Amino acid sequence: MSYLQHLEDQSIYILREAFSNFKNMAMPWSMGKDSNTLIWLAKKAFAGKIPFPLLHIDTTYEFPEMLSFREWARKHYELDLIVMINEEARKRGVGYETHDPVTVTHELKSAALQQALAKYKWDALVTGIRRDEDSTRAKERYFSPRTAENEWEYRDQPPEFWGQFTTAVGPGEHVRVQPLLDWTELDVWEYVRREGIPIPKMYFAQNGRRYRSLGCWPITKSIESSVDTLEGIVAELKTTKTSERAGRAQDHHERNAMQKLRAKGFM
Amino acid sequence: MPPAPKPVPKDYVPVFFPKRQGGAGASGGAEEARTSIVVVGHVDHGKSTLIGRLLADTGSLPEGKLEAAEKASREEGMPLEYAFLLDALLEEQAQNITIDTTRIGFRYEGQSFEIIDAPGHREFIKNMVTGAAAAEEAVLLIDAKEGCKEQTRRHGLLLSLLGVSQVIVAVNKMDLVGWDEARFRELEKEIREYLGGLKIIPRQVIPISAREGATIMRRDSKNLGWWKGPTLLEALVASRAKKASGDEGPLRFSVQDVYRFDERRVVAGKLESGTIQVGDPVVFFPDRKTSRVKTIETWGENQASTRVGAGRCVAVTLEEQIFVERGHVGSLPDHPPVESREVRARIFWLDAEPLRLQAPVTLRLGTQSVETRLVAIDRVVDAEKLEAVNEAREEVGRFEVAEVRLRCRRPLVYDAHDQVAATGRFALQRGSRIGGGGIIIFAEYSLSLAKAVKGDHLTWTEGRVTSEARAGHFGHEGAIVWLTGLSGSGKSTIAVALESLLFRRGIGSMILDGDNLRHGLCADLGFSIEDRAENIRRAGEVAKLMAESGLVVISSLISPLRKEREAVRASSHSAGLSFAEVYIDAPIEACEKRDPRGLYQKARKGEIRGFTGIDSPYEKPENPDLILHTDKESVEDSVAKLLAHVLGLVQLKEKDQESAGGPGGQI
Repeated sequence: MSYLQHLEDQSIYILREAFSNFKNMAMPWSMGKDSNTLIWLAKKAFAGKIPFPLLHIDTTYEFPEMLSFREWARKHYELDLIVMINEEARKRGVGYETHDPVTVTHELKSAALQQALAKYKWDALVTGIRRDEDSTRAKERYFSPRTAENEWEYRDQPPEFWGQFTTAVGPGEHVRVQPLLDWTELDVWEYVRREGIPIPKMYFAQNGRRYRSLGCWPITKSIESSVDTLEGIVAELKTTKTSERAGRAQDHHERNAMQKLRAKGFM
Repeated sequence: MPPAPKPVPKDYVPVFFPKRQGGAGASGGAEEARTSIVVVGHVDHGKSTLIGRLLADTGSLPEGKLEAAEKASREEGMPLEYAFLLDALLEEQAQNITIDTTRIGFRYEGQSFEIIDAPGHREFIKNMVTGAAAAEEAVLLIDAKEGCKEQTRRHGLLLSLLGVSQVIVAVNKMDLVGWDEARFRELEKEIREYLGGLKIIPRQVIPISAREGATIMRRDSKNLGWWKGPTLLEALVASRAKKASGDEGPLRFSVQDVYRFDERRVVAGKLESGTIQVGDPVVFFPDRKTSRVKTIETWGENQASTRVGAGRCVAVTLEEQIFVERGHVGSLPDHPPVESREVRARIFWLDAEPLRLQAPVTLRLGTQSVETRLVAIDRVVDAEKLEAVNEAREEVGRFEVAEVRLRCRRPLVYDAHDQVAATGRFALQRGSRIGGGGIIIFAEYSLSLAKAVKGDHLTWTEGRVTSEARAGHFGHEGAIVWLTGLSGSGKSTIAVALESLLFRRGIGSMILDGDNLRHGLCADLGFSIEDRAENIRRAGEVAKLMAESGLVVISSLISPLRKEREAVRASSHSAGLSFAEVYIDAPIEACEKRDPRGLYQKARKGEIRGFTGIDSPYEKPENPDLILHTDKESVEDSVAKLLAHVLGLVQLKEKDQESAGGPGGQI
């Protein structure tokens, strides 16, 4: 069995275990390559039907191309899609124009997620995070409990082995279910290629630039690249030494920015 | 801030549709395999430093990482700390220890590896277990100066429990002992002996210095000129474990769920072992209902699969609509798993609060989840000496390893770990937290498949009175004494005598007589092969119920077939009951001479057909618990022998009597 096949089966196992163990789960969906891979895996896990809602946290700084992709995907996959905006923070004037990226990310993503959790009372959220993205994510569990305050107690994570996960939570708490944890960026692209998964065009070069990772437009930089095929992306990744999230400003704002963001509920 | 992006034109197509490259089962990309290596060892013996060094030397670090580590090292006021590459969390940088397991990939000589850094600090063993359970190989690090420490040994012990048998030992910090070969050889001998006791033969024991970069990727001919063996990376590349696919094993299909999102009824699950193909008759345990596989569902595939192998998560539809639910295990009829309420296991405990005898915990195995209690601690293993701890124990403490017996509220479907690893290991959960785990060290496989359960949606009810409480109340345990032998061999005589003797000793006992049963419970049964088998099955079930209620049941049936007696034995054991097969051995001539009921005479005349020993076979027990030669010894002698044996089974040990606390105790 190929390694990609192993990854696919493991992710399907995790998705199904989550669906069987939690009463009310949802899947935050950012429209990026990992998110679209997750949709694909969920379709496989549940024999063609995704039996839970998807959540898009709209920061209001989305690329128009991505919003267009969102509407395409909603129809194509028959998604039960919830769109959430932290209107309250926007009214207070929180935005990249006036605030630092860590604050904005926290307010428009983590706080918005918190609002959605309060409203829909989900007990599990499927995320598309991977260990290779960031060294704090490397320490994650497949099933990672969050407190009622949406905080990650990374000092005292439950043990996890032999496919046995943390599946019980207290009131107000939820579990982050992370089926792509063991995947690398390269694995995702190889899988997209193997399966023929539709993904946003923005990953491919236009006028000599492309996006390797997609976030809010004010803080997401494109990279110099002429790659316009999947084969090209795979080849480029095999030689690059730049990290995937190098183009994401909020990660690099201060030392341990990601850890601080993540302890407070960021994906 | 960059200028806001322009809106997209109305006809903009936001999607890229890649050409499909083959889908599931296709050889996927360049990454055909990836070896997971866990790095373990005592705290401060240099695990994170080694990993940092491996990544730096093989050029596997993303741009900026080395610089970030240098910057962090400066902020903490120390020279470049390779460990900072991994110890990303603030606390770890401040205390310089790894709190949680981290994973990171690297490539060397065209091979792909994933390193799992496991914490060595005693407090973080649960994280070490999490890391090591996912690994195929382990690098056990020992500080050349400090030598083998508590966690060195404990990690070795846990590796053996977690099934990681591919181990490379790296003796680190050789620079601190002046690159001394004698010191290295001394440590090598010590660790080889220790691991040998765990049946682990390390693939290599290598002298290294992670800080200096010696024998990691490069040889250090100046300092370690005496070392002629491989570098650590050479050893890793050479020893890359060949993964067994698991396809050869017996089918174990763990059912995760049954989906009815549309008109189909789809059974979703994981192939823990073996293969499954369309048309296979799959028996689902614990109900043992059988249905053939109709289709293997493959969403998004152009072609339907007809056969899939171990490790795959699949969804199947069935020909016959039988009741299946999460927690059921599918098997082929020829190699069924064990179904039992009794589990003998070697467990490790991680939670601060010890696991106490009789305390309820949830046993999770595959997709099964069963309430269970620790009913006996046979031995607690001392990680230091690998010997059993001497004193009798009432609990398994944090970080201890013990051989125990567990009793489940309802039957658990499992295998011995050395038969099928995936269905021979489990986690123990208390409240909402996983507190430990274990591997099953014994499984009593039955020779025949027990009957399928006809009803659906059955539940298993258990009262609050445990068998220990009953034993405490009655002053003895229940048991089944199964007498087997030819008609006229003396079964009834012995049964009657034993019953009286036991009763006089205050031991509740009851005879289960074959002929008596046929007047009531088995009145509908004749003497065909099927009916005789059913007769034995019913007798066995009744005996079990009576023994569970606390009685010593003396069964007196010819029960001529080995297979049927073995089925009763296995079934009794899975209910946690003592079972003694007693062969009442008298030659047929002697029996025929006695002929107390004139049956042999009738059989010889042909008035009775299918009479055991005349025109129907009797299979002698192969390994009976006791043989009574009723033709050679007196009834009194036979009964005395039997009584001694039975008392050994049912009398309480002093300790049990205390812990049971007399009548009403432990309820």
